[in-house]
Amino acid sequence: MNITAFTFKKSLVPGLLLVILVALVTLPIYGSLYNVILVTSILMYANLTVSWVLFSGSTGYMSLATAAFFGIGIYASALFLPTTGAVFPVLVVVLIGGLASSLVALGVGALTLRLRGIYFAIFTFVLVVLIMELGIWWELSVSHLLGRYVILVDNNVIFYTMLGIFVLVMLTTFFIRRSKFGLAMRSIGENEEAASHIGINVTMVKVITFAISAFFMGATGAIWATKLTYVDPHVAFNVLFSFMPVLMAIFGGMGNIYGPVIGAALFAYLQETLQTEFPEIYMISFGFILVAVILYLPNGVLGLIQKLWKRISGGKRAHT
Amino acid sequence: MLEVNNINTFYGRIQALWDVCLKIEEGEIAALIGANGAGKSTLLNTISGVIHPTSGSITFLGQRIDGLPPHSIVELGISHIPEGRKLFTDMSVRENLEMGAYSSRVWKQKQETLEQVYQLFPVLKERAKQLARTLSGGEQQMVAMGRGLMSRPKLCIIDEPSNGLAPKLVTEVFEKIKSLREQGITILLIEQNVRHTLEIADHACVLENGRIALEGDCDELLKSDHIRKAYLGL
Repeated sequence: MNITAFTFKKSLVPGLLLVILVALVTLPIYGSLYNVILVTSILMYANLTVSWVLFSGSTGYMSLATAAFFGIGIYASALFLPTTGAVFPVLVVVLIGGLASSLVALGVGALTLRLRGIYFAIFTFVLVVLIMELGIWWELSVSHLLGRYVILVDNNVIFYTMLGIFVLVMLTTFFIRRSKFGLAMRSIGENEEAASHIGINVTMVKVITFAISAFFMGATGAIWATKLTYVDPHVAFNVLFSFMPVLMAIFGGMGNIYGPVIGAALFAYLQETLQTEFPEIYMISFGFILVAVILYLPNGVLGLIQKLWKRISGGKRAHT
Repeated sequence: MLEVNNINTFYGRIQALWDVCLKIEEGEIAALIGANGAGKSTLLNTISGVIHPTSGSITFLGQRIDGLPPHSIVELGISHIPEGRKLFTDMSVRENLEMGAYSSRVWKQKQETLEQVYQLFPVLKERAKQLARTLSGGEQQMVAMGRGLMSRPKLCIIDEPSNGLAPKLVTEVFEKIKSLREQGITILLIEQNVRHTLEIADHACVLENGRIALEGDCDELLKSDHIRKAYLGL
């Protein structure tokens, strides 16, 4: 009895994940076009949020550079997939977007990851604005373009690429968390000074993680650009994309890797529904929901689920 | 084993250490004593690579180590148990200890080392699964020391272990430090508790205003007028 309960619990999470994965992979077969597009944007937010948590959640460095890396990915598509003729295949451009972002992250990280706390957050935020302004200057004075058009890509291709990145970022997060490298990240988040005393090369760990997380943000941006089709610096480096992942991670809870995904999914879905059903009050209601979550669900939606699950499954055992 | 030659260390434009020399022999407990702000922690941080000296040299087992980053110095066998314990408070005791074996030289032997640390500090085995922040001050100091030992150091630098502990626990901590020497670990002990320190150490240096004011064997220092007046209040 106990053994069956144990194996049931143990296989519950992987089983559930498999069901969700199969449901996602087969979505274009049974779902409507609207659903495919909606899930694509949910996956986009999930990618950004999980990549953000991969770095900021464990090391405790609050990065607001997400929009910068996302935007670099978007511009990779704008440059290499213009309507005048694609330079490379879509997947190659996605890879370029990711690599370009992680290169920038390596440089920026090496320079700035010695800043702590609020200074790091401010710097990363300024980075977004700086890159956007550079982009505007470049388009105005050098290329003389107001914006750029990206080729049309089939919705299913966008969806599967986004899903592919999602699976990759989840696997990466999962394996990093269980590795020695992940332990080093956690110890930096807990006490950076002690981490360096026990022999962790803290700068290297931080910079590498920053670059890995930027890679996925850039790749996500590159494929997202094919859905936008029109790109200019204001669209690509929208600071909203720096804050959304933070809010979504708080909303979902950062205790484990599912929290941010749940947060991103609920948040993106809510945004979509509120925006279409109640366009006048959507931002206001959004604000209220967030305040309520922060006040009453300190561990996010995931924390609430875990609490309820404990009450259902563990409650009985507590009485025996 | 460790030789510090004429180092000068600055914080910005302010000089914190002036021509400091220090020599530690293998197998001894060397002590560094001095009042608040005398430069004790600066000297330690200079040895463990957290800050770099402007001039002078530090050699460990014949190798220059000044200028190396902290993680390389840990690899060479110097472990620094920082002041104020600096535990990973939201990790379990066992995880804290395992993190101590992070440097690649000792990571593979961490199970074995863990057993040795548990033998030295049996209370940590009982507390293995508890979060570090739920432990008492004395136990936390044991975790900090255990974590420092997990890197199998040849030289262990212990910064203010008695800081914030009840007198009874202070005695216990000093007993543990003595037993480390018996295991062949060389120790550099930094303390404000001068009497206790001079009783267990072999050799001591007194740091005053960033300069070495006095050094010698502890028996002699205990008899010195300066020490008796300034540090023991006799």
